[in-house]
Amino acid sequence: MADAHEVPEIHDDIETPALQPGSMGHLAPYPAVEKHMVPLNFPAARVPDWEKRGVEKLGEMLKKYRSLQVYMDICVKCGACADKCHYFLGTGDPNNMPVKRAELMRSVYRRYFTPAGRMFPGLVNAKDFDEEMLKQWFTYYHQCSQCRRCSVFCPYGIDTAEITMAAREIMDAIGVGHKYTTEIVAKVHDIGNNLGIPKPALSGTLQFLEDDMLENTGHEIKLPLDQEGAEVLLVAPSADFFSEPHIQSLMGYAKVFHQAGISYTISSYASEAANFGMFIGSYEQKKKISKRIAEQARALKVKRIVVGECGHAWRVAYSFWNTLNGPFDFLDNRYPVPQHICEFTHDLIGRGALTFDKEANDAYVVTMHDSCNVARASRMGPNPGGQFTIPRDLIRATCNHFVDMDEDTIFEKTLCCGGGGGLLTDELMDLRVKGTMPRVTALKKVMAEHKVNFLALICAICKAQFNKMLPMYGIPMDTVGGVHQLVSNAILLGKNKGIV
Amino acid sequence: MPSFELSGRTYETDEDGYLINLSDWNPEVAAYVATQESVNMTENHWEVINFLREYYEEYKIAPMIRILTKAIGKKLGKEKGNTKYLYDLYPGGPAKQACKIAGLPKPTGCV
Repeated sequence: MADAHEVPEIHDDIETPALQPGSMGHLAPYPAVEKHMVPLNFPAARVPDWEKRGVEKLGEMLKKYRSLQVYMDICVKCGACADKCHYFLGTGDPNNMPVKRAELMRSVYRRYFTPAGRMFPGLVNAKDFDEEMLKQWFTYYHQCSQCRRCSVFCPYGIDTAEITMAAREIMDAIGVGHKYTTEIVAKVHDIGNNLGIPKPALSGTLQFLEDDMLENTGHEIKLPLDQEGAEVLLVAPSADFFSEPHIQSLMGYAKVFHQAGISYTISSYASEAANFGMFIGSYEQKKKISKRIAEQARALKVKRIVVGECGHAWRVAYSFWNTLNGPFDFLDNRYPVPQHICEFTHDLIGRGALTFDKEANDAYVVTMHDSCNVARASRMGPNPGGQFTIPRDLIRATCNHFVDMDEDTIFEKTLCCGGGGGLLTDELMDLRVKGTMPRVTALKKVMAEHKVNFLALICAICKAQFNKMLPMYGIPMDTVGGVHQLVSNAILLGKNKGIV
Repeated sequence: MPSFELSGRTYETDEDGYLINLSDWNPEVAAYVATQESVNMTENHWEVINFLREYYEEYKIAPMIRILTKAIGKKLGKEKGNTKYLYDLYPGGPAKQACKIAGLPKPTGCV
């Protein structure tokens, strides 16, 4: 396979690159096709009057989302965001500066929605929504992973991810979709998960893992499916049922439930935590996808919903579920709704229900990659910053050696893995390789200085992206893994079972 | 739609070279796709392909990697039942590259 991608050189520090205008202008994703667009209620192909319809859609969204209107008007071009995007840092293409990316929409906004732009477009750099502009939109709004790092540095708090989502929604509305994301959303509606794993395959996979864990631990650790009356509905990303290192974390969750003595179930109908409706910016799709989970929680009569290691799923669950499909008053309100698996495990540790043999992870010097949607778009647990401290507490509880990366690359300033926001697709490999460079730079530094050899994280996309990227940068593939992989390695089974 | 010609027949593929019609697959097609991927097919490569096809036939999805490694370990010896060996056989990844040669659809999602 043509895997010969140009891999950027890693320097000691993350440097601002020389400008390379248009260097990524050639790299657009595959366009969506009819069989994926139609089930999402999008036009099958580009509509004949797309210029007019696109501008109308922008007008509707400006009215509906006050934030978008503000983001169109408020930017003063201060440049604080310019060197904060990992894709700009990796490619040098000025259209990957957040301000320039947003300008693609702002120039159209000025043309049709401001008096000066309507009358004197040339004076205010207002642009028509024409073929060339649509091409630029399709290209560069698919070179943003919606990670929101730029927003942290913007003095006005402009959320470029929201602009990207709006652009994608407008393009979908005129029949110009992105194949990877629309195919996946269509698959969730059809089968129940992103991978398209049907129930018999899921059931067989879980049985296989139960046998595997019995063989390796001597304990009958269950991965129950569709079990009515269980205490907890566990919603994991479907990659946890398929890929390495994802399944290691799945086994970690199972061991935690087993050891705590809390009954739980996975659902074959709601077998996906991920919600690509967010990536395409569609409120309706986001609602429809997450509705499966709310419905199953009722049908299976569970008392709690716990979400597995999936970054954007946690954003959707934590920030949007209640609005989309709430209220969740049928659940046990003594527990957070929803609850993150890290929060769940953390709470059990605090209550003395779990014990660990940290030496089981002594082969590792661990560092933590904060995933964007967890870091910047949600919280976890009762205290501010819990989304950073809780996973780190779990690492410290299960490992003897932990060290953080450079402070400008973690917590709310964390760098994207380079594959988020619906860009984890092979045709964008060149972008993914370049976009991961800043994170790899920070990682290589702690590898050199502290002998770090394990990159722990809580996102299925990050796991898949690093699994592919790290070897290209000369780092072993198995350096990346989930926080619950570490939990799985160290948890002591059988002793003091149950909550004390 | 992209396609390729082989022994006087046209095979339709997606943009990445995965067969559109899974029933089009035959060993000759597999050998051709493998050449395109610079994979030199040995008997052990075929074991992986055969297992993938059998599993897909039953479950309509490619197997989880761990199921594949275990099956290969059983067939070819325990020392070969691991992810590293699968990547030695298929450097483009057992899920994506091996599926392509086996005529299975491309796995989608966070993989």
